[in-house]
Amino acid sequence: MTSVDTERSITVTVNGVPREATVPVRRLLSDALRHDLGLTGTHVGCEHGVCGACTVLVDGSPVRSCLVFAVQVDGASVTTVEGLAHDDHQGGQVLHPVQEAFRECHALQCGFCTPGFLVTIAAGLEARDRTAEITEEEVDEIVGGNLCRCTGYANIKKAVRHAAATMKDAG
Amino acid sequence: MTTKLFGEPVRRREDARLITGKGRYLDDIGAQALAAAFVRSPHAHARITDIDVEGALDVEGLVAIYTYEDLTGPMAEPLPVLIPHPQLHAPRTGYPLANGEVNHVGEPVVMVVATDRYIAEDAAERIVVSYEELPVVVGVDAARDAAAAVHEEIPDNVAARHHQETGDVEAALAGSPRTLSFTQYIERSACMPLEGKGVHARWDPADASLRVYSSTQASTSVRAAIAAKLELSLEDVEVIAPDVGGGFGVKIVHPWPEELLVPMAAIRLGHEVKWAEDRREHFIGSAHERQQRQEITVGFDDEGRITALDVHAWHDNGAYTPYGIIVPIVTATQLVGPYAIPVYRVVVESVYTNTVIVTPYRGAGRPQGCFAMERTMDRIADVLGLDRAEVRRRNLIQADQFPYDHHLTFQDGRPVIYDSGDYPGLLAKLEALVDWPGIEERRAEAASRGKLLGAGMALYVEGTGPGPYEGGHVQVLGSGKVLVSTGLTSQGQGHETSFAQIVASELGVPIEDVEVTTGDTRRFPYAVGTFASRAAVMSGNAIALAARGVREKALRIAAEVLEADPDDLEIADSVVGVKGTPGATIPLRTVAVLSNPLRYAFDEAAKQATQFARAGSDDKPPVAEGDAPGLEHRDYYSPIRSTFASGAHAAVVEIDPTTWEIDVVSYAVVHDCGNVVNPMIVEGQVHGGVAQGVAGALYERMAYDADGQLQNASFMDFLMPYASEVPDVVIDHQQTPSPLNPLGIKGAGEAGVIPGTAAIASAIEDATGRRIASMPISPTELYDVMRSPNAELTAAAGRRTGVGA
Amino acid sequence: MKPAPFRYADPGSLDEALDVLVAEGEGAKVLAGGQSLIPLLSMRLAAPATLVDINRVPGLDAVEATGDGVRVGALVRHRQLLEDDAAARVQPLLARATANVAHPAIRNRGTTVGSIAHADPSGEMTSVLALTDGSVTVASPGGRSTVGWRDLFVGPLETSIHGPAVVVDAFFPALPPRSGTAFAEIARRKGDYAVCGAGVVVTLSDDRTVERVTASYISVGLVPEVHDLTEAVHGQTVEQADWAAAGALARTLVDPDGDLHASADYRRLLVGVLTERTLADAAVEALERTAA
Ligand SMILES: Cc1cc2nc3c(=O)[nH]c(=O)nc-3n(C[C@H](O)[C@H](O)[C@H](O)COP(=O)(O)OP(=O)(O)OC[C@H]3O[C@@H](n4cnc5c(N)ncnc54)[C@H](O)[C@@H]3O)c2cc1C
Ligand code: FES
Ligand code: FES
Repeated sequence: MTSVDTERSITVTVNGVPREATVPVRRLLSDALRHDLGLTGTHVGCEHGVCGACTVLVDGSPVRSCLVFAVQVDGASVTTVEGLAHDDHQGGQVLHPVQEAFRECHALQCGFCTPGFLVTIAAGLEARDRTAEITEEEVDEIVGGNLCRCTGYANIKKAVRHAAATMKDAG
Repeated sequence: MTTKLFGEPVRRREDARLITGKGRYLDDIGAQALAAAFVRSPHAHARITDIDVEGALDVEGLVAIYTYEDLTGPMAEPLPVLIPHPQLHAPRTGYPLANGEVNHVGEPVVMVVATDRYIAEDAAERIVVSYEELPVVVGVDAARDAAAAVHEEIPDNVAARHHQETGDVEAALAGSPRTLSFTQYIERSACMPLEGKGVHARWDPADASLRVYSSTQASTSVRAAIAAKLELSLEDVEVIAPDVGGGFGVKIVHPWPEELLVPMAAIRLGHEVKWAEDRREHFIGSAHERQQRQEITVGFDDEGRITALDVHAWHDNGAYTPYGIIVPIVTATQLVGPYAIPVYRVVVESVYTNTVIVTPYRGAGRPQGCFAMERTMDRIADVLGLDRAEVRRRNLIQADQFPYDHHLTFQDGRPVIYDSGDYPGLLAKLEALVDWPGIEERRAEAASRGKLLGAGMALYVEGTGPGPYEGGHVQVLGSGKVLVSTGLTSQGQGHETSFAQIVASELGVPIEDVEVTTGDTRRFPYAVGTFASRAAVMSGNAIALAARGVREKALRIAAEVLEADPDDLEIADSVVGVKGTPGATIPLRTVAVLSNPLRYAFDEAAKQATQFARAGSDDKPPVAEGDAPGLEHRDYYSPIRSTFASGAHAAVVEIDPTTWEIDVVSYAVVHDCGNVVNPMIVEGQVHGGVAQGVAGALYERMAYDADGQLQNASFMDFLMPYASEVPDVVIDHQQTPSPLNPLGIKGAGEAGVIPGTAAIASAIEDATGRRIASMPISPTELYDVMRSPNAELTAAAGRRTGVGA
Repeated sequence: MKPAPFRYADPGSLDEALDVLVAEGEGAKVLAGGQSLIPLLSMRLAAPATLVDINRVPGLDAVEATGDGVRVGALVRHRQLLEDDAAARVQPLLARATANVAHPAIRNRGTTVGSIAHADPSGEMTSVLALTDGSVTVASPGGRSTVGWRDLFVGPLETSIHGPAVVVDAFFPALPPRSGTAFAEIARRKGDYAVCGAGVVVTLSDDRTVERVTASYISVGLVPEVHDLTEAVHGQTVEQADWAAAGALARTLVDPDGDLHASADYRRLLVGVLTERTLADAAVEALERTAA
């Protein structure tokens, strides 16, 4: 018989690390990441799915973490902005090309929208054929679903092109 | 300037943490904190007859409920009128929690504290507040008609009547060869930072001290407000602005009710308490801006030269006036822009409505002023059949007329005297950048594709960097690190970088060694705040002065050690040396150690310093009179008046005459903010401002219904643009340094947003041949204009054939 | 903005899902992609006692494209349908309309069937179901039944499905022979719900003249409707057809409402314009498919 609960223990692989938490079933994934797991890099700007600040990757695809309950990702793998860079095995970190590009192109001001953009763009760039030159339509599609109040987007789009070029060169 | 860092597009130092998710925003703080939520008024105007909390009491996890009855002392008094003004004759402010009456939807009535926000909302939902509804006033026209009053004792709804005049306008109009009069409207939008407001407070009962984090643009003043309202000694309160996810003005207002209530609860409960505003709260419980009705009469001659300007505006200030009449004053005084207006009279009536308060949103009254002035220029050009650029050119203040006195009084009480500028230069650059003469050709090309093309332009002058002051502190440590602090706050403007550039340049140290702290009252207790494009001007100069003080002291100490004249010394790469004499050097960090006569050898730096004997004489104290230990300096910059930045924007729109969709196909910006610390950052500010300008012209508005309900209180219906709605922007620069401050800089933060509404309205009018007298405008509204029998045709449309439907 | 408390179950089979729905009674609601339901919960505009999450129910995630049409399982995300080439061949309207649903991150999670069950007249897929003359399969404790779109949509955000039931799939009949389709919409911001949208089907007769024209609109009216515009262009050749007349006819048939983003009149205007535009495209496609 299916159990009907108000609270659940879940195991989620977050940024490659299995994490356990006991959460009320109504806990939004955004809140679970931020407040139960302490991963405050994921931001919350609207809690109704429009701004994209809360975007994380669930099993590799961008989704709004404010529109998913934590219990729903039990057993899944989640990537947040904290998981974009990887270890250089010398105590440091190698940033994802899109992180580098954001800094290089001044694609952030207050930085609040940034994590949502970064994970969305990282997934978008990884899903495409990186040997091909990126088109403006692709850039528009990748950044089109996230709000930024500070930058006017010009430099965010520039950063996407920059990161795509870096990834192309890296092969 | 000494080194090349000033003026370079140095990559931002704050980015390293922000791109890796290590930023620390308000809601990232205080994992153990109790959470606050509010019961807010669902009515725009009502008397509270009863508050029944019974139903909430058995919510598991509920910690406390506060209503007005629980407020004591100064907390039970109305919130402060931050900026009183003699012409604000009927100021009103709310209470931290409503005291018997509510004046807008969203006003806080009850505060709930619980173990987490979910539970706090559960409890809030069960609290029953009974209301007796009162008549509602929405919009400037309703306020003006005064069929009902927002505040009973103010039957005409007028909070302030701001009035300035530079001569006898009636006589000047009577003597003008031509005059024209018109009325126009501009609607409400809002700052809408992606991070809402938020407050976290922790009370330490052991030493009776309070630490508050607030997502604010003015931490020092929040601190003073909390101390006063909660009756604490200022020393016992510290306020820190952590990383702030955008402000644009709404976070300069203080104290917000929550900024007082959260600390109050933290003290009473002896537990950390946090409130992180959610998006709906931000829509109905913070601030908006921009609604005005403007009645304009202008006198001019046959060449289009203005002889007199008479403006009467009604400004919707919402339910209360905590921020005084800054916005109407800015509209009144900045309206004249780059033009020489022989006689000018302006009256702005600031009126109450049962809506969210109106306080500065990036531009702060300037977009409205620019809309008034620039649309006046368009009308004159239209009547006379002149090119719109030409009419503007004929009215511009010329480059040799500076300083130019408008004989007006600015928001800071100082005269409006433009310090420097080159407005004809701006206009010429703009015409070239957008190819103004080529517009007719583009119009024809668009017409061949079935589109209506039109262009518009708007110029502005922006008083930036108002006083009274800002301070900076610079300290060189024995490690060689340079600590810099200033009291004002950052919300994405890159202060950690540009201030570090200034210090690195002034002091001759690598930027990597400079660490900047802003908005932390523990580090710098005196500040005014980040608004009015003042941070770079005010704190930038204060920090430069502080760095110069440190440099002077360093050279003095090094001179003693190196037995040289301070004038012969220079600092490069953190080493003080004698100019032209290699070898005779001392590291700056060693000078820092030497600056303090007490030198326990805790570290290598101190040990090394022992090889340098600092010349001293036995008959003088180790710390000379007037000197102080440590290589540090604190200084303040207080300008005599604002410095005036300027710019010119042009927009080209294409309109689909079947659907009336409006597409901004080109957007050109020429701007002049004097010397630039970091052009990359300034350009970023322009891009962001333009996006908000376009948004305010075509997408965003606060849609209230007649009952005072905000109908689009979500990102679903309040149309903040995505990337798809923001046009590409081309930018050209002009640099007219300010003679008023040591660095020659002017503010750049707000400029981008100011001319958007005016330029786009002009472009739509140009494309359609129909008068556009109300902004923003959406396709459905443009359709209404186009088919309305009452829509006014422009004269230009009459001269052109085939325009319009 | 946090959801009110509820009870939660994520059954591992359809039968279990129905069992839980029965056991939990009136206050139970199905949770699919959550992209419409969760915002409503967070704003506390809805507060079901129990959510029955069907995301772990096996067998609901397939798109089956056959000669008859396309069957879309209840857990097929918008994105999956958008990328399904076979489905696009059988019924091109599916991908064309889905491309206009929200932004990619929403499409990664939201389901096609969920948007039909949600019955939002501003949603693209409700209209597409209508225009293709589609139906849904409803599983309830009593067994399965097929509900045609006309019987399904009762009002805005309201379907005829009551009591414990799960919509297990939606069926979109194939595009008929000698037919073409087109879809277009106008939204204030790209990705927003449409201010007005139009889907059309043009069918030619053997002599390549217009035989039948139908259209369905988004954000127009309380429930999706299909309008027959044939009389305006019947018997005309594709090249010379008076699509504007069809647009004009459409304007007289619809009964839109006004809201914040568009007046009723403006919507009516757009109905005409979009009809004209989409018909021209659809006719070209019909011609190509007739030639082939
Ligand atoms: C920012 C944003 C923009 C959007 N823009 C658009 C847009 O432009 N066009 C558009 O069409 N949609 C849009 N959506 C909504 C989105 O498409 C949703 O995915 C869709 O409407 C609902 O599907 P869902 O799977 O998410 O359903 P849910 O949210 O899980 O459920 C919606 C409703 O349907 C019921 N339900 C769902 N599945 C079933 C089932 N199998 N059986 C019985 N009942 C069921 C639920 O009980 C609930 O009442 C947008 C959403 C957001 C957040
Ligand atoms: S917080 Fe999730 S989309 Fe805005
Ligand atoms: S950088 Fe501030 S919202 Fe994007």
